[in-house]
Parts: sequence; structure tokens; C-alpha cells
Amino acid sequence: MELTGELTGADRRLVTAMGPGLPLCRRPFREIGARAGLSEKNVITALKRMLEAGIISRLGVVVRHHELGYKANAMVVWDIADEDVDQIGERFKTFDFITLCYRRKRRPPQWPYNLFSMIHGRERQAVLAQVDELARACGLEDAPREILFSGRRFKQRGAVYNSGGAL
Amino acid sequence: MNELEKRLLDGFQRGFPLTERPFAEIARQLNAEEDQVIGALEGLSESGIISRVGAAFAPGGIGASTLAALAAPPERLEEIAELVNGFEEVNHNYEREHRLNLWFVITAPDRDGVDRVIAEISRRSGLEVLDLPMLESYRLNLGFDLQWS
Repeated sequence: MELTGELTGADRRLVTAMGPGLPLCRRPFREIGARAGLSEKNVITALKRMLEAGIISRLGVVVRHHELGYKANAMVVWDIADEDVDQIGERFKTFDFITLCYRRKRRPPQWPYNLFSMIHGRERQAVLAQVDELARACGLEDAPREILFSGRRFKQRGAVYNSGGAL
Repeated sequence: MNELEKRLLDGFQRGFPLTERPFAEIARQLNAEEDQVIGALEGLSESGIISRVGAAFAPGGIGASTLAALAAPPERLEEIAELVNGFEEVNHNYEREHRLNLWFVITAPDRDGVDRVIAEISRRSGLEVLDLPMLESYRLNLGFDLQWS
């Protein structure tokens, strides 16, 4: 689902200018416009349009879980039959403790898992209990799964969408 | 964390006002002053509690991205993490408790750009890089429901 065709040159400059986040000043969109060569009004209009089109999934404060005490960050991966995975994914997303849920490509034999769900918790034990709850509720007690807790964060920031302006 | 900071984190992970003076609009909703809101966000940013005030782009919406993983020998993990961090196309890079112990997200203008980064990391580390592109998104990160203790 490449939507790049819907982006104008101005949109691309705007996306690049938004990369580091909004400047914390009274007229942040005017500032962003100055970086992207757009008027303040056009910045606001373009952001509204990208939100409506789903190109931007959200605009707001981006929290860092770890600093807020959510130190048990688990990527829970599952091997679900291809014909069932959409249904299970839809089911997973109804659980509030799942912050992200994606289907990804398998890479057997190194990587048999196709369903990825992210849980950010305060305590490891609580996260393990949530995974059990999830498996029970969705009838996945016997589905192969692994829980990968995160260790050190070597890098964590928003994506940078510039590559010599090639975007 | 003071009350204003908590309310900023609870109420504004999405739905940031798209007006000329967005912080004044937030201030109006929270019964505060525009400069207090700006100051509180600066403080949260400096202490690392927020990484930015900005947009999250839907995966696949612009450019191309993938989740990549590799199995670094433990004694080489830091060196390889640093190598991976050196690519501006990498925005997240985490250690995880697994044989595949380094996980990172690559975002580039197109799929060729992603492939180039994978090939370069593989060549320079001498390790196989697993490429796990997203096929379907069931739940995007639409903000995080914080439980204040």
C-alpha cells in the first residue's frame, strides 16, 4: 500500500520538516512552513488532509514509555495459520494492553512467526499474565509463540524521511 | 510530574489542534496559559519523557519501511548496534532477549533504499539481516493509555 503517489512535492517537504517534531513556540506551523517553503495556512491544510487520508496516523505528544516507568516492553510473536491470522489480528486489537499489532512476513526456518503484538507494561510478571490471558481468550494456548522483552534502547526517535530530497 | 504535564500526556497524544496558535488552544482546554503549556512540553522533552510533539506516519503510507533483526555475538552487540545507529534510515534500534538480539526499524523513500541499508549492514557486520516487512496493520499506535500510579 504505497500512497506516495498521493503526495505532492510540497507534502514531501512538509513531511521532512515535521521529522524532528514541532518547534515549541507560539506559531509552530509558521516555523514548519518556513522550513518547508510553505505558508502557515498551507501547512495546516496539508496536515489536516494527510490526517484524513490516514497518511498521518496521529499528531500529538509522542511519549517514551520507558521514562514513564513502562520498563517491561515485550514484542510477542505468534505463528498463526495464514487463513486465521486476519481474524486473530482483529481480535487482538480489542485488547487495550496491545499497543501495536501487525502481520509481517515469515522467514522460515529462522523466523516462523507472522503475527506481532506489542505490550508495554510496568512489570514483567504482569506482561506475562497478559500474554496468557490473550492466548486463553483467543484459543491460542497451543499456538507457537515467543516473548521478546527489550533490553537496551540504542536509538529511539521519529523516522527521518529525507534522503537528499529524493522522497 | 505535575497536573498540567499529566493532562498533556493523557489528552494530547493525538488530536493536536491544527490552528495557528495550537498551544493557546491546548491551554484554553486545560485552563492554563499558552506559555505554561509550551514550558511544560519543553520540560517533558528535556527530561526525555516525550520524544517530540509531532506526527506519526502510518506504515506504508509514505516511503517504505521494514522491521529488521540480526543475531549479534554478545561481545559484538554494542559495536554492531553502533554501526546500525549510524544509518539515518534507522529510527528505532533495540536490544531484545533472544538469539536475534538486535531489532531495528528501517524507513527510506522507497523499497530500494531499504534494501540498500539491509545489504550495507549485512556487508559491514558480516551477519545475516532478517527483513520482516509489514503485510497488514491491525492496530496502529494511536497513543498510549497511561496508568498513573
